[in-house]
Amino acid sequence: MGMTLAEKIISRKIGRTPSPGEIVVLPIDAAMAQDGTAPLMIKSFEGMGAKKVWDGKKAVFVIDHISPSSNEGTSALHKMMRDFAKKHGVTLYDVGEGICHQLLPEKGHVFPGGVVVGADSHTCTHGAFAAFSTGIGSTDMAAVFASGKLWFKVPETFRINIAGEMPRNVMSKDAILYAIGEVGADGATYMSVEFTGDAVGRMSVDSRMAMTNMAVEMGGKTGLIASDGVTRQFLEGRIQVPFLELSADPDAHYSDVLEIEAAKLEPMMSCPHQVDNVKAVSELEGIQVDQVFIGSCTNGRLEDLEVAARVMRGKKVKARTIVMPASRETYLAALKKGIIEELVKSGCAVGVPGCGPCVGGHHGVPSPGEIVISTTNRNFKGRMGCADASIYLSSPLTAAYCALNGRITVPEKVL
Amino acid sequence: MEAIVGRVWKFGDDISTDLIIPGKYKFKTIDLDDLAKHAMEGADPEFASKVSKGDIIVAGENFGCGSSREQAPLVLKHAGVSAVVAKSFARIFYRNSFNVGLPLVECPELYSEVETGDTVEIRLTEGKVLSRGKAFYFKPIPGFLMTILQDGGLVEHYKKRGSFVWEGPTK
Repeated sequence: MGMTLAEKIISRKIGRTPSPGEIVVLPIDAAMAQDGTAPLMIKSFEGMGAKKVWDGKKAVFVIDHISPSSNEGTSALHKMMRDFAKKHGVTLYDVGEGICHQLLPEKGHVFPGGVVVGADSHTCTHGAFAAFSTGIGSTDMAAVFASGKLWFKVPETFRINIAGEMPRNVMSKDAILYAIGEVGADGATYMSVEFTGDAVGRMSVDSRMAMTNMAVEMGGKTGLIASDGVTRQFLEGRIQVPFLELSADPDAHYSDVLEIEAAKLEPMMSCPHQVDNVKAVSELEGIQVDQVFIGSCTNGRLEDLEVAARVMRGKKVKARTIVMPASRETYLAALKKGIIEELVKSGCAVGVPGCGPCVGGHHGVPSPGEIVISTTNRNFKGRMGCADASIYLSSPLTAAYCALNGRITVPEKVL
Repeated sequence: MEAIVGRVWKFGDDISTDLIIPGKYKFKTIDLDDLAKHAMEGADPEFASKVSKGDIIVAGENFGCGSSREQAPLVLKHAGVSAVVAKSFARIFYRNSFNVGLPLVECPELYSEVETGDTVEIRLTEGKVLSRGKAFYFKPIPGFLMTILQDGGLVEHYKKRGSFVWEGPTK
């Protein structure tokens, strides 16, 4: 029997066909911790009595969650990371470089067939490049930093097939929100979520990453997409290993399948306070909006900013709108294209590349009773720093329309 | 391992790590005395002040969903929680809990048979929970995770052995 993409990547590492459920030990190609998880990682690493980081080129720190720091406590934790990185030769991306899940692929740490772990649950994002990539905790990460290896349970695979043309006002974010609504917050727990279909094949890297990013929101261990010409175009010149085209075998066994007819999709939103509480934007139209956030490891990429700027061009936002590019590279590209200028002219507050208001740690915190439209991946109670605010998740296109109207609005309704 | 006996705190489905320890606290300190004051704050603001050493959390589906923050099992353990029994757990939370020495038990049958304030007994090695005179069985915890748990978590495990349990027979 053929292999799913996850099984194929694992088989290349262990030299045989793995069976779902079995425990395997895999060598790690990239290991990342961010400022919310690295300090505990350091504490565990030192507590273990480990002396040496296994490979400073593969071990990465990113300061992105509270970046730049807003208080002394956080600054002390950032310093702890910088000191450790210097001592052990760990690759450090400091304030202003951007979000970990944008930086790992941009800086060449992710490649098809690689195994990536991150002390951040959205590490599943990197499966967009056919890498087996998953989130772990700080102490697991300390074990990786010490040994370069980790145990994994070989996951079963949940296939999500998206076929046909998506309507013009639908982005990949709408497809993944729809899927999460169907599958549920724990419907793919422990599983690899593999995205297939001609619609996925036509998607840009930015669009693909928005979907794999949210695999964890249905419980997934990783989100995976076959590597192809689109992947190659992005990775060439960045990665230090030969590019590989990897895909599942045609006769692979999937534990579950969700078929999505792209043409039937419409703009979607996750409603408070669960990501799987998904409704069509058309059902929510008219709800007043206080704040809009366009950014994050889900939708802070060039394509996302470009869509927002196209909608806002020459108009003014009615809701308070915060925009954060996913990385310095994204920021520079958006500057060059005039995107940032359009957004600023429209009244958006454009900030430093990083996680921004998504994590509710340092800025952009809503007040009690406020309604937030966010292009991020989580709307749990308290997520953005205020337990009494309501967060709706949407595509950047929908978010831009909501920002302009100050109300929940179906984008480009008149086609 | 000895039986774990404790008083129950019952919670529902999808208790996320944002409810267990809101993100706004975890970026400022890794001091567990400070962080544990906010344990379960999002689900029950009185939990941290009322929880006693040895108490057991019983919850529904997908406990610990959301972020990879290890502070979530750490604050529960530090606040005195001796184990969590749930219908199911989110994947990263599951690994993290064993790594910090907090036992988790997946036992869906217990949920409807227990209320906050009850006393339950967990026998990990036997795969059994006792409540109101009835026994509920669960799939035993994999051997290598029991080893990590018995060593007191992954840090103590490595300190004691100088290698990780999974590096041995699977090499």
